[in-house]
Amino acid sequence: MTATTYVPRPAEAASADLSRTGRRGRRDDTRPGLAFLAPFLILYVLFVIGPALYGLVMSFFDTSLVKSGLGKFAGFSNYAEAFKSSDFWSSMWHTVWFTILTTPPLVILSFIFAMLAERATHGKWFFRLAFFAPYILPSATMALIWIWLYTPGLGLASAVVQKLGITSPQWLGDPHWAMWSIAAATVWWTLGFNFVLYLAGLQEIPRELYESSSLDGASPWQQMRSITIPLLSRTTTLVIVLQVIASLKVFDQMYIMTSGGPNFSTRPALEYIYDIGFTDYRVGYGAAASTVYFVLLLIVSAIWFIQTRRAERSA
Amino acid sequence: MTDLPDPISASLSRRGFLGGALALGLGAGALSACSTPVGAGLAGSTLDPGTVQYWNLFGGGDGVRMQAMEAGFEKTHKNIGLSSVTLAWGNPYYTKLSLATLGAKPPDVAVAHLTRMKTLQAADLLAELQPADLARYGMTADKFNQKAWKTALVNGRIFAIPLDTHPFVCFYNTDVCKKAGLLDSSGKLKPITGEQAFMEALTKAKRVTGQYGATIAVINETSTPWRIFLSLYSQLGGTPVLSDKGTRITIDDAKALKVLNFFAKLNSSNLMPGSLDYQGAIATFAAGRAGFYFQGEWEITTFQTAKTPFSMTKFPNVYGGNGHYAVQADSHTLVLPKDPARSRAQLDNSLTFIRSLLDQSATWAAGGHVPAWLPYRNSKAYAKLTPQSNYASAADAAVYDPNAWYSGSGSDFEIIVGGTIGAVMSGISSPQAGLNQIKQKLTVLAKTQPPT
Repeated sequence: MTATTYVPRPAEAASADLSRTGRRGRRDDTRPGLAFLAPFLILYVLFVIGPALYGLVMSFFDTSLVKSGLGKFAGFSNYAEAFKSSDFWSSMWHTVWFTILTTPPLVILSFIFAMLAERATHGKWFFRLAFFAPYILPSATMALIWIWLYTPGLGLASAVVQKLGITSPQWLGDPHWAMWSIAAATVWWTLGFNFVLYLAGLQEIPRELYESSSLDGASPWQQMRSITIPLLSRTTTLVIVLQVIASLKVFDQMYIMTSGGPNFSTRPALEYIYDIGFTDYRVGYGAAASTVYFVLLLIVSAIWFIQTRRAERSA
Repeated sequence: MTDLPDPISASLSRRGFLGGALALGLGAGALSACSTPVGAGLAGSTLDPGTVQYWNLFGGGDGVRMQAMEAGFEKTHKNIGLSSVTLAWGNPYYTKLSLATLGAKPPDVAVAHLTRMKTLQAADLLAELQPADLARYGMTADKFNQKAWKTALVNGRIFAIPLDTHPFVCFYNTDVCKKAGLLDSSGKLKPITGEQAFMEALTKAKRVTGQYGATIAVINETSTPWRIFLSLYSQLGGTPVLSDKGTRITIDDAKALKVLNFFAKLNSSNLMPGSLDYQGAIATFAAGRAGFYFQGEWEITTFQTAKTPFSMTKFPNVYGGNGHYAVQADSHTLVLPKDPARSRAQLDNSLTFIRSLLDQSATWAAGGHVPAWLPYRNSKAYAKLTPQSNYASAADAAVYDPNAWYSGSGSDFEIIVGGTIGAVMSGISSPQAGLNQIKQKLTVLAKTQPPT
C-alpha cells in the first residue's frame, strides 16, 4: 500500500541476460533455477497469490471481518454495488486525479534536478543527497513534516504565501486545495527515486558523444535535445510507468494527512476499500471493490507492456 | 562489471551463515518471548501480564485530564503497571480496536462510546462482565447513572462500564444575554420553552451582538447537525430513526420535517447562520458576536481558555412542553475487549484500574462531562462545580443514537444523516429534499447484509 517501488535496473538487466543465455542451456538450468527461485516463490504464493485468490473468492460472498467463514453467497451483488456506488467511483477518480497531478512534475523535475546535479562541479554528493534524502523518510514522518508546514496561520507555507501578499488558503482544510497540497508534498517526498534513475541513465551516456558534438559546434541546448533526451528515452519510459503505478497505489500520505477529508475530497480508492473492509467489517464487498481496482491497474500495466514491446521491436 | 565470486563455493558459506542466523533468531525469540513485543507476538503470549494496557481516544482538554487520572492511578497502585495509548478518535480508533481484538492482541481496557460499544458487542469483540466480579470492586448497578447504565446493557448483560454522559448543551454569553434581558435576577438564563420563545431569545441576542443570535458548526461538520436534530426530534416524541438493528428505517416524516423547517427558518432569518464550520462557530461565540452556542459540553475548556464571559445550561426544551425533555447524548464507557488469554489476575488489574478512573470522576467532570459515578455525581463537591453541574440532569433525559452496525458517534450514519441536515441548515437543500435524501441514503445501508 505504500507509494514506494522496487529498483528496476538489476531486474531488467537480469531478464536481458536470461533471454541471451536461455536458449542454450534451458534444460540444465531449469531445476537449479527453480530451486533458487523457491524461497521467493513460496513467500510470493503464500502472501500475494494466495490472499489475492482468497480475496477473489470472498468478493462473491457477504463475508464479514468479525465472523468466521465466508458468509452467505452473494453472487455478483457486491460487484453491482461497487459499480453503482458513487462513493467508490469518486474515490477512484481521486486516485486518478492524484496520478495526473503528480506524474508530470515527478518525471520532469527529477530529470531537471538530475541534469543539474550531474553538472555540478563541486559538492556533487551534497546535491545527490539533498534530492534523494526525502525519499528515505517513512510516510508518517513525511506526513507530519507537511502537516506542520501546512498548519493554518502558523505554518511555513502560509507564512511564505502571506509574505507575497496573498491570503493563505486552508491547505489541507479546503476541499479545493487539499489534493494539490498532498500532491505537492508527495512530489517533494518521492522525487528522489526518479532522480536516481535519471542519474544512472545520464552516467550511461558516453562522454565522447558530448565531446565530438561540441567539436562540431553544438550548443548545450542542442546537446540536450539531440543526445541526452533521446538516449534517456528508455529511462523515461521506465520512470513514467513506475511513477503511474506508484501514484495509483497512493494511500499512506492521504490517510495520515487528511484521512480522506475534508468531506471525502481526498479519499483514494485504497482508502475506500480500507474503510469498507476494515471499519465497516464488510470484507466481502471490500474484496469486490479491490478486484475492480486490481483489474483497472492490470489494464494500465498491460497497455504499457504492449506499448514498450512495440517500441522495442521497432527500435 | 566486477567479478562475482564462484557461486558454488559461495553458496556453502552463505547457507551456513543463513542457518546460523536462523537458529540464533529463533533462540533469541524463545528466550525473550515474554519480554519483547516481537517475542510475545511469535509465542502468542501476553505482553507484560503485570501491566494494564489501556487504549483511549482523548485529545485536547480531555486528553490532559485523562493523563492526570492515569498518573493518579499509577501513584495509588504502584504494584500495577500502566501502559496507555491514545489514538485519533472516530472510525480510525474503532478500526484499530477491532483489528487488535481480532488479532488476539487487544488492550486490557479500552474506551468506547456507548453507541459504538454496541457495534463492537454485536461483532462479538467484547468480554462480558460478571456482576459478581464488578461487585468485588464496588461497581454495582445502583452506583451508576441509570440512563447510561441501562442503555449500555445488552439483553440485560453487562459489557461496558459508563464513565460519563456527554449531552448536547447550550453555551450562553453572559454579557450579551444580560444586555438582552435574558437572564434572571441571579444571573442565570431564564428557561426558553417553545419554538416562539427560542426565536425571540435569539432575536434579542442578535440585537445586542449586531451579528448573530446563536452559532453552530454546520460546514464540513456532520455530527453537530445530527446532534441538534436528534435533540429536537426527540423532544417532539419522534420514533427511533432506525429499528431492528438498522435494517428498517422508522423515521417519523412529519416530525422530522417540522424540525428541518425550523432549521431553514433559523437560517433564512440569519438568527443561527448555516455558514460556519466547527472552528468558525467557536471563534464567533468566543468573540462575543453571538449570544448562544450549541455543542457538546466538552467545549467548556475552549471558552475557559479564551476567557469568554459565558455560562452553560441544558439545551432549551423547544418542543417537549411540560415534563417531556429530551436531548442527544452519548457516553464514554470502559470496555474489556475479548481476550482468550486473559487471566484472573489481569481481570482484577483491569477492574482495579476502571474503579480508579471512576474514583477520579472529579477530575473528569471538570472537563464538562456529567459523571456516571453516582458517589461523586450526588456529592456536594459536584454541586459546587459550576457551570458543569447546571446541566447534569440532561444525562437523565439523554437520547442515544439508534442502534445499527453503521451508527454511533462519528459513524457512517452520522456522516450521511448529519451531512444532509447540515445542507438544510445552510440553505443548500430544502427540508423536503433533505428528508428524501436521508431516507434514500439510509435505505442503501438498511438493505445491506449486516456484517455483525
